[in-house]
Amino acid sequence: MSTDTAARPTTRAMPATSQLATFWLDGDLFGVEVEHVQEVLRSQSITRVPLAPPAVAGLINLRGQVVTAIELRERLGRPARPAGEEPVVIVVRLHGEAVSLLVDSIADVVDVDLRDFEAPPDTMDGTSRELIRGAYKLDGQLLLALDVNRAVGS
Amino acid sequence: MEGLDDIVEEFLVESHENLDQLDQDLVALEQDPRSRDRLSSIFRTIHTIKGTSGFLAFNRLEEVAHVGENLLSRLRDGALELNPRRTDALLQMVDTIRALLAAIEASGGEGTVEVAGTVLLISAALEETPAEEPVEEVRVEPVVESPVPEASPAVASVVPAPAPVPALEKLPPAPAPVAPVAAAPEHPAEPGEPGVGGQPGRRAVADSTIRVDVDLLDALMLLVGELVLTRNQIVQYVGRQTDQDLVRASQRLNLIASELQEGVMKTRMQPIDHIWSKLPRVVRDLGLQCGKNVRLEMVGRETELDKTLLEAVKDPLTHLVRNSVDHGVEPSADRVAAGKPAEGVLTLRARHESGQVVVEVADDGGGIDPVKVGAKAVERGLVTADALARMTPADVLQLIFLPGFSTAAAVTNVSGRGVGMDVVKTNIESIGGTIEVESVPGQGTCTRLRIPLTLAIVPALTIECAGDRYAIPQISLQELVALDAEKAAAAVEDVGGASVYRLRGELLPLVHLADVLGLASDRHDGHVVIAVLSSEGRRFGLVVDRVINTEEIVVKAVGGQLKSIGLYSGATVLGDGAVALILDVQALARRALRAESAERQEHRLAAAAATSSTAERQRMLLAAIGGGRRVAIPLDTVTRLEQVRSETVERVGSREVVQYRGAILPIVRLDRHLGAFGDSDREVLEVIVYADHGRSVAIVVEEILDIVDGEAAVQSDIDDLGLLGSAVIGDRVTELLDVRAAILAADPMFYATPPALGGAGHEVAATHLMEV
Repeated sequence: MSTDTAARPTTRAMPATSQLATFWLDGDLFGVEVEHVQEVLRSQSITRVPLAPPAVAGLINLRGQVVTAIELRERLGRPARPAGEEPVVIVVRLHGEAVSLLVDSIADVVDVDLRDFEAPPDTMDGTSRELIRGAYKLDGQLLLALDVNRAVGS
Repeated sequence: MEGLDDIVEEFLVESHENLDQLDQDLVALEQDPRSRDRLSSIFRTIHTIKGTSGFLAFNRLEEVAHVGENLLSRLRDGALELNPRRTDALLQMVDTIRALLAAIEASGGEGTVEVAGTVLLISAALEETPAEEPVEEVRVEPVVESPVPEASPAVASVVPAPAPVPALEKLPPAPAPVAPVAAAPEHPAEPGEPGVGGQPGRRAVADSTIRVDVDLLDALMLLVGELVLTRNQIVQYVGRQTDQDLVRASQRLNLIASELQEGVMKTRMQPIDHIWSKLPRVVRDLGLQCGKNVRLEMVGRETELDKTLLEAVKDPLTHLVRNSVDHGVEPSADRVAAGKPAEGVLTLRARHESGQVVVEVADDGGGIDPVKVGAKAVERGLVTADALARMTPADVLQLIFLPGFSTAAAVTNVSGRGVGMDVVKTNIESIGGTIEVESVPGQGTCTRLRIPLTLAIVPALTIECAGDRYAIPQISLQELVALDAEKAAAAVEDVGGASVYRLRGELLPLVHLADVLGLASDRHDGHVVIAVLSSEGRRFGLVVDRVINTEEIVVKAVGGQLKSIGLYSGATVLGDGAVALILDVQALARRALRAESAERQEHRLAAAAATSSTAERQRMLLAAIGGGRRVAIPLDTVTRLEQVRSETVERVGSREVVQYRGAILPIVRLDRHLGAFGDSDREVLEVIVYADHGRSVAIVVEEILDIVDGEAAVQSDIDDLGLLGSAVIGDRVTELLDVRAAILAADPMFYATPPALGGAGHEVAATHLMEV
């Protein structure tokens, strides 16, 4: 959490181009740096954790390792996923620890250019604004860059 | 190596390793004679060998090492310079030591290895004077001493250090001829050979053990953990198959995996003596410091446990031992005055018990006085006087584990700084262990640690609650109780919102797991399954939906977010691949039981505020006394419920008594006391035991009916002898028992020491404590 304290200084330190693994969530396209992404899984059984913070969807078994699953819709203040829609699990590795994010569906890995980057739109509300580093203006689509460190923090 | 004991064996292994290093160091030293580091390292090695050999009474070895050490220390301090002659002397010392070690390994003794020549050679190098004369005296083979005579003429009277150097330049072969002096070291590199005959197929000690990085063992342990999980999964899967070959293969896998697990676990096991061996010194020094005479006894030193756990237990154990010496054992004069031997005995006991290691620290000192502990806890504000009054002496002792508690009258530099037992407890719990303390005033204290054998794999009970599975470590589990709907309805009673179960006469508070987790139980058939758990010396029943299985689980860490919930100690992967949370029983107990007692305390405060009103909220035990009469007895005066066979009732004068837990318990039959006429020839008597200040009485009733909340009771002052009044409880008129009168009827001396009234017992108890 301490690594990205403010959005702008971080962007300055970033290389001119980078690769983002993108995914859909509640109709929006999000991206996380590919180097954080360990793997993508489908249809995992999730063990719920009573009394855990609402964004903690539960625990999944990743080849014998127990990994916390974060419901990104809840984290970003979006409505719950419609019943019957299976989430996709993106396993990210941060500081040597694996954490997984539940998203709607996975999309491509895209190369983004820093020149297309802008700070989060002012219309974004508080909670999700904190978790979004900014937006890349792709052709006909905005790509929201997720701050993974913050997204998995409590 | 049957003949050698462990210490010698360890010494040999270590020394062989060190000597190999020494050879390299000495050669390197020749290149760089001024390297302080190398000299220091060599010095340490020889110093260690000297120390150990002296301890093990290998005198010749000690002699060689001793002179070598002298030479090395002077070289290290710069008093002498290293020259080839001294290097030779050192190398020969190494060879001689090797020969001695080989002899020790082969025969258990130093054999026929001679050391005089080497000692002289080193002494000569040390003295910087040629050792010509003494050498001749010992009459070793002349060839051995060739370097010395050659050098001696040049330095006969003066002591110019550099002088011998040119003469010694041709000496490299010297060490070899020297060797025969020592009989054995002909082939010093083959320690097994020169021994007494020796079995040819046997591996030498140094070759039969190997040092392994603990990280590697940890990694192996993890892998074995995974293997065990996969095994569980396969065994479960195969259980549904009919293919005989597959079943057989899975059985084999099952067996091998278990053996492998055991084997890998063994590699990490060390006897507890590793940490105990330092304690005699601690006890001795501390005893001197405190002016006490304490003998340390150790039982079960060979008990093994996981190295990681051993490390984790070391500090808490040392703390407990220090505590016992400082606070437990009394000064000799006090002991003699109390009729005990002047010398206190501190006993350490370790043993394996149902998959755990039990470690006890017991002293025969003054014991812990629950009254003092209670008073101190109240004084420190750790517990209210009111709460204290309701505690059993065993519960009171547990207070010493609260943070900020210390009984030391004076703060000594040994202990009594207010940190201590709570830290010990936290440390022990962090490795999944438990701690309990027992004490008999005047006779001593025993602190018992229960530690899992290993951290990684623990036996656990898997249970189901609200459709999810959870694991409960077996270490906390005492028993399982399953009640069908009919029994449950009768045996599980509701006490002001908190349910209790009467387990063999004792009231067991019940905690519904579903409620704690904020879930809805999916058990609707009225059956109740109770896991009786113990935590911090207290028992409680955890009500779960279903018991599934007992299995070995591999503990996986959970992220910080989940740890902070404070209910789960980790997670595990079950046989079918599903993740299950491991319940933290201690945290669960603290959460559930404290919440409950806080609630009770509130009730009590509310009750205290409403003392003027007649509708005092009080929990009552309802009992039938015969003739259709019912009495209510305040529940907080009840210590236990018991059943007593009527033929065990004996008479003392006009009074009835029973023998109960080694004491004589006076009985009052409530029906007679209150003038009712019950059915007096029943075989089993229902008994309510009331205890206070070490005295107990038993009140016999016909039948225990219920526990009710007296809040809504309408009281009237229509009463009779032995009653406080009457009230309507559950639509029936119920008599309120004058407990004090009933008790006095059984034991007129019961209140002899402190004047007390049944209802005002708490305040009295508190005052009593404050006086102490």
